[in-house]
Amino acid sequence: MHIVVCTKQTPDSAATMSVDADGNVSWGDAPLVMNPWDEYAVEEALLLREKFGGKVTVIAMGPEEAREALKHAVAMGADEAIRLWDEGFEGSDSLATSYVLARAIEKLGDVDLVLTGRSTIDSQTGQVGPALARRLGWSPLTYVSKVVEIDPQGKRITVERLLEQGRQIVSAPLPAVVGTVKDINEPRYPSFIGIRKAAKKTYPVWTAEELGVEPGKVGRAGSAVEWPEIFAPPPREGECEIITADTVEEAAAILADKLLAEKVI
Amino acid sequence: MSNDLFVWLEQFQGQVLPSSWEALGAARILADAMGGSVVACLFGQGVEGLAQEAIQHGADRVFLADDGTLADFRVEPYAALLAQLSHQHDPAVLLMAATNRGRELAPAVAVDLETGAIADVTALEVQDGVVVATRPIYAGKLLSRCRIPERRPQIITTRPRAFPRPEPDAGRSGEVVAVEPVLAEDEILNKVTGFTTAEGEVNLTDASIIVSGGRGVGGPEGFQVIRELAEVLGGAVGASRAAVDAGWIPYAHQVGQTGKTVSPDLYIACGISGAIQHQAGMRTSKVIVAINKDPDAPIFKLAHYGIVGDLFQVVPALTKAFKERLG
Repeated sequence: MHIVVCTKQTPDSAATMSVDADGNVSWGDAPLVMNPWDEYAVEEALLLREKFGGKVTVIAMGPEEAREALKHAVAMGADEAIRLWDEGFEGSDSLATSYVLARAIEKLGDVDLVLTGRSTIDSQTGQVGPALARRLGWSPLTYVSKVVEIDPQGKRITVERLLEQGRQIVSAPLPAVVGTVKDINEPRYPSFIGIRKAAKKTYPVWTAEELGVEPGKVGRAGSAVEWPEIFAPPPREGECEIITADTVEEAAAILADKLLAEKVI
Repeated sequence: MSNDLFVWLEQFQGQVLPSSWEALGAARILADAMGGSVVACLFGQGVEGLAQEAIQHGADRVFLADDGTLADFRVEPYAALLAQLSHQHDPAVLLMAATNRGRELAPAVAVDLETGAIADVTALEVQDGVVVATRPIYAGKLLSRCRIPERRPQIITTRPRAFPRPEPDAGRSGEVVAVEPVLAEDEILNKVTGFTTAEGEVNLTDASIIVSGGRGVGGPEGFQVIRELAEVLGGAVGASRAAVDAGWIPYAHQVGQTGKTVSPDLYIACGISGAIQHQAGMRTSKVIVAINKDPDAPIFKLAHYGIVGDLFQVVPALTKAFKERLG
């Protein structure tokens, strides 16, 4: 099986975010990491490779720093890693990003399965995976908490999807685009050997020309959504009212009365 | 192009989800600013009865597709039908709730129509005839104002509980139009073969009261006091990442950056320190209560009310106090 994982680099989830008067976003000195949700997708790809054999290729659309995400995936055990970048890709929304990723997957040619994270933790749209499935015309399997079964010969996959009301079991033909959720596995830490391998590896870059993308369908020109304004949310007003009393029972009673007065119960 | 606003109404087992009524209410408000009609899109099997409910909640017209291929939600037949209806009627806006289903359906329809989708918005306004949507990014540490200036429809998913739920008005009237599905069963790749609801798995997204436990709960049995308080309040049980990773409670309960984003009227955090990743999932709750032994825990900076103390004393006392008051 040839499995492709789509990933992206993001600021660490503990980063303190700020924005200046010109709307430039900064994450201070926090490190850029592989989008934490994507670790589950990489792990699942490695588990499936261990079971069925084959190859894991990781792709990321992004400038130079996106290589960090690819390196992490290789250090975990991915076989190949390709960066997709061109200055013209700057400012792509999920519509344009899914187009670039789809072109890369079509260029790879022999892909059986694409795995993604639930969403990125920066723009957190969760839209690129479903959009990618739609572009490719492949089975769309999102919010997958378990790969129940894969039949590589019969080219079918059965998964469990985590929805608000419970778990839906879905069976579909391969190739498929599977969006993973945290429940699916426990991502491994990169091994020492893996980290050394990742450091030595070359990371090819596929440009707009190599991908054969139409310039009008990528970057700002190819994006439908614009986001002219980014700002910090207003700070929460007022301070926490700490309730103290002689006994726990009294404190609880005071709190219960205050919450009933707030009319939230 | 029309000024109409389409709303996809998500139903599960014959009930429209509360978050879909919220999206319909948001569409009604936008329609008053933009001058179009609100058109509900209702797909399923045996769901005719919901069309009048949609009108009562604010729809002027309902496109009703009732067919076996639409019985279970699946992206392919739902997206194909929404895309076709959009082609035929050229709405200015397509809204739906940012549930898991909505968040996979919206981008698929956007690809079909070569338009944009704005995910998980918490506020909407109209400027110069274009919808301006505010949405949290970086786990709510920042907000972004987005718009789709040229392409149509402007597809938007609304965060559950971010918009008020409209009151049904039995006096409203509207038109119900039956429509046919686009795809036949043999044209649909995904086959639904089962659905299970595990006991105790709750829909946190729509919950108006959530009682959550964290590291301070100490073990799976510690969640008993949390459950008892949730039960007396008619609320759902949430958990921090620490409690889920320790295996004390299933992942479906996790609130935070790697779990669910919730926005209840009341969020009671018990034994949760309030790491920034947890705050990301619950900071928009209307009233936040923190119960924690550590007076310096970051959760007290976010909370409206707090009690510093042992949760195994405070939470049962709170349960008892509510039992006495709520009867």
